[in-house]
Amino acid sequence: MVTFKLNGQERSFDGDPETPLLWVLRDFEKLTGTKYGCGIAQCGACTVHMDGTTRRSCITPVSTVDGSEIVTIEGVTGKEADAVRKAWVAIDVPQCGYCQSGQIMSAVSLLQMTPKPTDADIDGAMAGNICRCATYHRIRQAIHDAADILEG
Amino acid sequence: MRRNIAFISIALCLAVNAAVVATNISFAQDKSVPEKDSLKPASAFQSISDEKQRSVALFEEAGKVIQHPRCVNCHPVGDRPLQDIAMHPHQPPVSRGEAGMGLPGMTCNTCHGAENVKVVGQAETIKSIPGNPNWHLAPIEMAWEGKTLSYICKQIKDPQRNGGKSLDGIIEHMAHDDLVGWGWSPGEGREPVPGTQKAFGELIQAWIQSGAACPS
Ligand code: FES
Ligand code: FES
Repeated sequence: MVTFKLNGQERSFDGDPETPLLWVLRDFEKLTGTKYGCGIAQCGACTVHMDGTTRRSCITPVSTVDGSEIVTIEGVTGKEADAVRKAWVAIDVPQCGYCQSGQIMSAVSLLQMTPKPTDADIDGAMAGNICRCATYHRIRQAIHDAADILEG
Repeated sequence: MRRNIAFISIALCLAVNAAVVATNISFAQDKSVPEKDSLKPASAFQSISDEKQRSVALFEEAGKVIQHPRCVNCHPVGDRPLQDIAMHPHQPPVSRGEAGMGLPGMTCNTCHGAENVKVVGQAETIKSIPGNPNWHLAPIEMAWEGKTLSYICKQIKDPQRNGGKSLDGIIEHMAHDDLVGWGWSPGEGREPVPGTQKAFGELIQAWIQSGAACPS
């Protein structure tokens, strides 16, 4: 039995311990905001926060999250998340939207660690999040805008 | 009309992105067969009576491990690790960051956990994601990529460039370090370095005991 905190609530899972966290989130917890893109850690669509840093849930056996704190797009809160939401809505970042929950989880994590990121910081944090619609220019803009919002 | 142009540009983006991902992924994992037993034991060098020559020969044998892509890939000369037997730049593009642990928002442990993990995705080429509790890049002063074995030999002995290790410390590191040991159990789809960590540790020990001479 694996026990972990999911968006602030104690949860447990007693299926196959090798089940990817992404499956647990989507199929058992019915939190479908986190997406499946590749299943091989190449696209970033499945990004969540695990104990405060980004984690690709598609390659995370649920057994390895025992005792950890997981935050998904449904539960992400705080001033960085608020700023990102505002900035994303203001310039309509998404196109089809499929990659966006992963993009946002990476962007929030970046801002939590680097409140005023440079273009190079953004490249570093976001390089593993692929967008098939190529909204990269708006993602970059929105992260800078979110940093400005945070600065007040 | 505008809609059409928009549609075409989306289709183009999708195609370009897919091509980029496919190319990268198709290189992302080894195809060659493991060659497990190709590391000679330290005892095989006892017949070399000249101590210096024996020492050099021992280090050259250990070099089969040290210069194997599985080891060099995380001793890059730049900030980006390498991947695969072909030693292409790591995909996705990551950078060493502080202490070789990656950059904020994209640290090594975003993907690399405490153990190798089999992937669930359908990929011809990537069968597992490698992992170790201590997964990180070797510091830049320990870069091996593109260096000769002679250079690496002097570098390994130099406390300025080996993390302040004594000769005994080097034996300990090579023979017992868990992340070094990952090279022999790199996970499904990856060729391990030759031999065993024990045999490699014995080569290093015998090399040091015979004066730690370097190839010229
Ligand atoms: S689905 Fe996890 S990285 Fe693509
Ligand atoms: S918005 Fe469509 S994949 Fe990123």
